[in-house]
Parts: sequence; structure tokens; C-alpha cells
Amino acid sequence: MENNLSLSKGKINSRKIAERVIFIFLRLVAVFVLGILGIILYFIFSEGFSVLSIGFLTEMPKEGMTEGGIFPAIVGTGYLVFFSMLFALPVGVCAGIYLQDYAKQGFLVKLIRLATNNLAGVPSIVFGLFGMAFFVHFLGFGASVLAGSLTLSLVVLPVIIRTTEEAVKTVPREIREASLALGATKWQTTYKIVLPYAFSGILTGSILSVGRVAGETAPILFTCAAYFLPRLPNSIFNEVMALPYHLYVISTSGTQIEKSRPLAYGTALVILMIVALTNLIAVILRNKFKIKQ
Amino acid sequence: MNKIKIEAENVNFYYGKTKALSGIDLKIYEKKVLALIGPSGCGKSTFLRCLNRMNDLIDGTRVEGKILLDGEDVYDKNVDVVKLRMRVGMVFQKSNPFPKTIFENVAYGLRVNGTKDKKILQEKVEQSLKQAAIWDEVKDRLHTSALSLSGGQQQRICIARALAISPEIILMDEPASALDPISTEKIEYLIHELKNLYTIVIVTHNMQQAARVSDFTAFFYVGELVEVDLTGTIFTNPTKKQTEDYITGKFG
Repeated sequence: MENNLSLSKGKINSRKIAERVIFIFLRLVAVFVLGILGIILYFIFSEGFSVLSIGFLTEMPKEGMTEGGIFPAIVGTGYLVFFSMLFALPVGVCAGIYLQDYAKQGFLVKLIRLATNNLAGVPSIVFGLFGMAFFVHFLGFGASVLAGSLTLSLVVLPVIIRTTEEAVKTVPREIREASLALGATKWQTTYKIVLPYAFSGILTGSILSVGRVAGETAPILFTCAAYFLPRLPNSIFNEVMALPYHLYVISTSGTQIEKSRPLAYGTALVILMIVALTNLIAVILRNKFKIKQ
Repeated sequence: MNKIKIEAENVNFYYGKTKALSGIDLKIYEKKVLALIGPSGCGKSTFLRCLNRMNDLIDGTRVEGKILLDGEDVYDKNVDVVKLRMRVGMVFQKSNPFPKTIFENVAYGLRVNGTKDKKILQEKVEQSLKQAAIWDEVKDRLHTSALSLSGGQQQRICIARALAISPEIILMDEPASALDPISTEKIEYLIHELKNLYTIVIVTHNMQQAARVSDFTAFFYVGELVEVDLTGTIFTNPTKKQTEDYITGKFG
């Protein structure tokens, strides 16, 4: 019988070596991933930082988009984020609450969940095509902020539904029961107990989808994005410029691609910063509203 | 003899296809304490949760038989569950205050039932906290989070919360099982005080506790009510062998 306290080295050593090798390997992989991210960030920063200025953020593009700023694209993206959230948030949050708390768990709910998950995996260009066919042509919105926002809201709807469901699921059963046992109705329990409790989770999901909306290109390609439009839209039935599409345009199909290259990096940097900022806000708000148990 | 407050008639209960209660006949007397004892899984909590229809929340459950509250079947189609739960309050095993202030916790039941008058709310909250013997400990911090209190204090907040809507019956599901001996003693003392005003049904795993706090004791075993009698009788002179074995610690 082997003595557990034996200090003999043979076997223990080979295990230790394996441990070390694996450990080093895992660490290398982690560093590699971080490194790539770092390189991308460094590259965009170093190329784009020199372009950043107040003017870049507040001026119209000039000289065939080789000079001037990206103001209309920033505003356009702002509009798209605002309106797509306006549509997607209420629908997504309600759907998530319904699926988790109200619907009788069964075949239908499973089917809806499956559909939602699949929707989340649909390539965004498909949403773009659908948006063009349905919102732009069938409903006759034309290429417009409205059509673009609705299409984008479809892209993020599954995300919002899922995060809402997950957030609602974390509300302890005991607390719901306590509320119901005090004579609260189900709806009172939902909005007085469940929603405040799940709020930080829902908020996080929503803000992350803001980042998604700000960065998506394919869904707006045929539904609202203007190649060049040196004025702001004055209604939701106008086309708009938007940051991701603008980036695409000036780096691939502009009039003088080489000349507008710095602007492209600047635009990429602005998109990155917007996404980073929304994620940062998400983290801060999550901590602020998190209910400790 | 006291008035019968609740009467269970031939109650069967199913979780899906599993039968959890069979043929329960039990009378609960007004302003008395009834203790439900028995090994884990014997159906005592299930029975308790039938009394305010908390089991409705679990998908796939089914009840047969009648549970009469003042002669009215609580499982009747016309019964408003909200009204039922206002008359039959509940304190849970794990203290479960809402992540709100102490005041809002106690005022919750009143608020959801439409009380808006601040004066009434304040009076009722104070009165309930006093009844739950926790007023002195929290009166200076009513507007701090209830989660900042100790476990025993939280449980008394939960009792105050249940009292605030003036129920007639209070169901307690092992209310002291997660508490230290001192907090437990406070809860037990509270039960003594409260039974002057309320009918109390308490589920407990602690036999001494059942003996200390209750007037009647019912012994459940594998979904059946084996025996119910005056607590003194059950603990000194039970008629069924199973009851005797359980209370003397031979099994369970």
C-alpha cells in the first residue's frame, strides 16, 4: 500500500511538470488574446488619434469626404440608437418578463425561446435584407431613420429578451412568494419587486445592445444609411449618415481612399470610444443598481 | 371548545403525478397554536402552503378535497386569492425581507392593497413592529435597508410585515430554523403573545419548540396525518406507535 505521506519524488514530479506546462500554456494563450486586442487598439489609436479634434467631431465632411468632420454620422448614429432602443426596449423587456414569469412553461414557450436564440444567431445582413423588403418597401417607409431603427431593433431584440429573462430569473423565489403572500397581485409583484430587483441586469443588457446598434453596419446598409449627406435629418423619414457605414464608405468606396484614410481611422476610433463608453456606463450602472442580498 | 377557524376535509395534494398529501382531515381552532411536525418530506409544509394557496404558484400541482376558512372553501372558483392571502398571512423559513427599507417592508402589504394615507401607514407600521417585538431595535433607522439587520431581526421584520395587513391566521414555515437560540427564543415568545389575537399554524422540525409553543400538535408521516391532539397528549401519551417513535427520536 502506498503511503500518502511519502515524499518520494518520482510520481509527484511528473505531475508537477504537467501542471507547470499546462499553466504556462494557458497563460500564453491568455496573453496572446490580450496582445491581439492591444495591437488592434494601439493601431487604431496611433493612426486615428491625430485626426481627433473638436472640428472632427462637430463639422460636416468636406472635399469629397477627404477633409472635415463626421458630425452628421455621429448624430445619425445617435438617432438610430435612440429610436431602435425606443422600439426594442419595451418590447424586449415585456417579452422577457412574460416568457419567464407569466407564460405557462411548456412547448410554446420552448419554441419561442428557440426562435429567439436562433434570431440572435442570424447574420445581420439578413436583417438588413429583411428590413429593406419589409420596412423600406412593403411598409413604404423608404430608406429612413425609421426603417433603419426598426431593423436595428430586430437585431438587438433577442439580446434584450434574453438578458431580461436571465435578470428576472435571478430574483429569488422567496421574495416573490413573500410579496404574493402579502396579498399583492402578480402584476404588483412584477413591478414592485421583480423589476427593481432585475433592473440592473436589464439595464446592462440594454446598454450592451446600444453598443451593438452603434456598431452594426449591415442592417443599415439598405435601410437608412446615406453615402454622403452633409446635413442633419429633419424627420425620421429622412436618410442619415451613420458611423459604421461612413467608415465603410471612406475606406472602400470613397472618391480618394488614400486621402481619406486618416479620417477612416479617426472614425473607427470614435466608434470604438462610443462602444467603450457605453460598456463603461453599463458597468457603473450595474453596480449602482445592484441589489445585494 | 373554541371556534373552528379552518377545517380541512379529505385533502389530497399532487405534485404532477406524485401524491404528497392523502386524505387529510384537520380542524384548526381559533386563536390557538397548531404545530405541524414530522420528518422531512412528510407533507407538513405542503399542507401549510395549501391554506393560503401558495402552492398555486407551482406548475402542475393539484388539490382535491376542501379547506374551509370560516366555512368557505378556499379552493372555490369564486375565491379571490388576494383576499384569502390578506386573511391568511405567512412567515417563511428563510427570512426574506424585500430589498427595501424597514418601513417599506412593513408597509408593503398595505400599499399593494391600496392604503395611501401616510398617517395610517405610519401608525400601522409602528404598531406592527411593536407587536413583532422589534420596534425598539429599529425605531431610529426605519428608513435604512432591512437587509442590514441580523437574521433574527429580519425574521421579526417579516413577522411585522405579515401582521401589518391584519390577518386572522398566521402560517409559519419553520420560522426559527435558521436562527440562533436567542433569536429563536424571541420568536417563540412572540408566538405566545400573538396567539391572543391570531390563529397560528407553525411547521417545525424542532420537537421541543412544538412542545413549548403549541396548543395542538399534528404529526404527519409520508403524506398522511397520523395523529392530532392537544400538544400535551401528543408528547406524553400518543395513541399511535409511529407518533411515539418519532417524538422519542426512534426515527425521523
